[in-house]
Amino acid sequence: MNVQLRDRPEAASTTAIKTAIADCDIHPARATKDELYPYLAKRWHTHLETYAVHAYQGMMEGPPYPKAQPNASRRDAYPPEGGPQGSSLSFMQKQHLDPNNVVLGVLNPLGATGQGQRNHDLGAALATAINDWQIEKWTSKDKRLKGSIVVANEDGVTAAAEIRKRAGDKNFVQVLLLSRNVEPLGQRRYWPIYEAAQETGLPIGVHAFGFGGNPITASGWPSYYIEEMVGHSQCQQTALASLVLEGVFERFPKLTMVMVEAGFGWAPSLAWRLDKVFDKLHSEVPHLKRKPSEYIKDHIWWTTQPMEDPERREHLFQMIEWIGWDKLLFATDYPHWDYDEPSRVLPAGVSDSNKQAFYLDNARKVYGVI
Amino acid sequence: MTSPVAGGVDCDLHPAVPHLTSLLPYMNDYWRDQVTTRGMTDLVSQSYPANSPISARPDWRPAQGKPGSSLADMQQEALDRFDVAYGICNPLYGVQMVFSEDMQDAFCRALNDWLVKEWLEKDTRLRGSIVIPTQSVEKSVAEIERCAGDKRFVQVLMLVMGDVPLGKRALWPIYAAAEKHGLPIGIHAGSAYHNPPTSVGWGSYHIEDYVAQAQAFQTQLTSLIVEGVFAKHPNLKMVMLESGFTWLPAFLWRLHKFWRGVRMETPWVDRAPLEIVRSNIRFSLQPVDAPPEPEVLNRLFDHMQSDELILFSTDYPHWQFDGDEVLPEGLSPDLVRKIMIDNPMATYSRLSQPATKEMTR
Repeated sequence: MNVQLRDRPEAASTTAIKTAIADCDIHPARATKDELYPYLAKRWHTHLETYAVHAYQGMMEGPPYPKAQPNASRRDAYPPEGGPQGSSLSFMQKQHLDPNNVVLGVLNPLGATGQGQRNHDLGAALATAINDWQIEKWTSKDKRLKGSIVVANEDGVTAAAEIRKRAGDKNFVQVLLLSRNVEPLGQRRYWPIYEAAQETGLPIGVHAFGFGGNPITASGWPSYYIEEMVGHSQCQQTALASLVLEGVFERFPKLTMVMVEAGFGWAPSLAWRLDKVFDKLHSEVPHLKRKPSEYIKDHIWWTTQPMEDPERREHLFQMIEWIGWDKLLFATDYPHWDYDEPSRVLPAGVSDSNKQAFYLDNARKVYGVI
Repeated sequence: MTSPVAGGVDCDLHPAVPHLTSLLPYMNDYWRDQVTTRGMTDLVSQSYPANSPISARPDWRPAQGKPGSSLADMQQEALDRFDVAYGICNPLYGVQMVFSEDMQDAFCRALNDWLVKEWLEKDTRLRGSIVIPTQSVEKSVAEIERCAGDKRFVQVLMLVMGDVPLGKRALWPIYAAAEKHGLPIGIHAGSAYHNPPTSVGWGSYHIEDYVAQAQAFQTQLTSLIVEGVFAKHPNLKMVMLESGFTWLPAFLWRLHKFWRGVRMETPWVDRAPLEIVRSNIRFSLQPVDAPPEPEVLNRLFDHMQSDELILFSTDYPHWQFDGDEVLPEGLSPDLVRKIMIDNPMATYSRLSQPATKEMTR
């Protein structure tokens, strides 16, 4: 059972980790339901009061697979002033950013953000609002934090306009998409998003989650939260296979993508499978000029949390050798329950230069933040 | 290359039904009439377009007819060539795509009877898998009971992409029947196409569907483990066929981590996922989704932390390897023997029993 048995000490004010780190997956939350209203036209206030949001799944409130914790978040992460975990900048600073020496934190807003909306106009309005909210509540108040441009993902043209509108705005370091959409991510309906991202020089972060109306396994809907959580890695694999096989990286050769919160240990096996079958079925996808694994190696970065957890840690390092220490971006997933602790995530035996790349330098490079 | 040893068990051979009309002799008057008057066409799955390169190795593609439809070819190209003691036939005819449980039942019965008559009775090395009409659990159990008396049937065959995740409780009577008769459940790559073939929707290309099989196996393993199938049926074996296996270590690392985190949700899972896999789950050898360097593959075997998981297979007539290179390079003689003989014999208990036939009807 997941019960807090001991009193936890007050969030430490001393630095628990000495090295400066980047946290490439932080989830900022809204303190109240109407916190976005100042950024939405009056029309949408009425609409939301009357109909609420309209997602590609059945639940009006709460996720279809109930989380293991309220808001999938740490029980010790409720801000003292009230509101859900992750909704207070001052408490995030005190509990996470300061003690963990986070010098770059990438915000990935989830929830009713405009992604996965069946009503595309509402989706576009919410996406713009959440982007304005990120600036006003977070990135303008703490320069360590950088936002992700949330887009109405199912409407590529509108999404591209939102990206171009934010081009050059240093509050944002990437475009945010989710792994589960109406169609696999390589499909052409999403290409305007990739075109705009390439044009503006922004990476695309593909975060696990989302609903696109498809059963979340190829054999229908599973029963349990653990199946959804483990299954994010399978959805991500399929989404990545689609991106590669549709030729997205052939069409947009300067595009980079970050796979967020879906693991990375599966990457070598997926690449090997892609290459092996590509040898035989190349004629079906003549638009690909290189082996699938080459697109993956050149275009894809990976956030680390939740780090796969083998009995013998050297097994994971052997997988990392294939992926490259220069492709991993450290992330905690704060304030979610499956948070990876920065000071404990790497065991002894990693070289100083790999550590530096893992914790900070790779993120600075991908996100263009010095 | 690593040489196969004689007396092995090829756990994944695909005899092809030449045409739906080939099954007519095994149907009753009503279904013969249905097939004929309604002008039903051949049941070929999207998973294996007839002329697609992976559907048949170039030198195993016959001058005419479907690849895998000739016993003589299978004998020469697979059974004799790799000098096996047994070959397990897994027919991939598209009966699972049918939506009517009555029609699916009639087609499965015909397919199983066809397999006995046209293959198992013609070569004593051959063994079969019972194909079941999964649209109806009741009819699936009845078909297992009907065929189980024939000891030449050594497993029950299901597809990795069906209507519901395989751990779902509604399917458990199938597993109870299989366990009772000492039949492993073979789960083969392929889709009934009752759901989109990936967990994020319909892709554009056959190559995507093929790649997605590996992800489907991963989600099915999660389902089977967390629903508690092996807590309820500890003696049940399941064999992942044409699944690939190089994804297994990283998959288990992730599953194990989440199991530790949220095991309160499925408290009946009383053993670690890795232990359940070691005791109850096996994988066919082909396809080997790994680079050709022996050290990489040996490392992966090391990551699997067991040499009992892999069962020899050619995937005949599908194109997974060239020449005689059915075993990847660099395997130790001990591991080769386990993969080719010991592991399959331990998995398919019926292979050690006399192949008597006690058909109930």
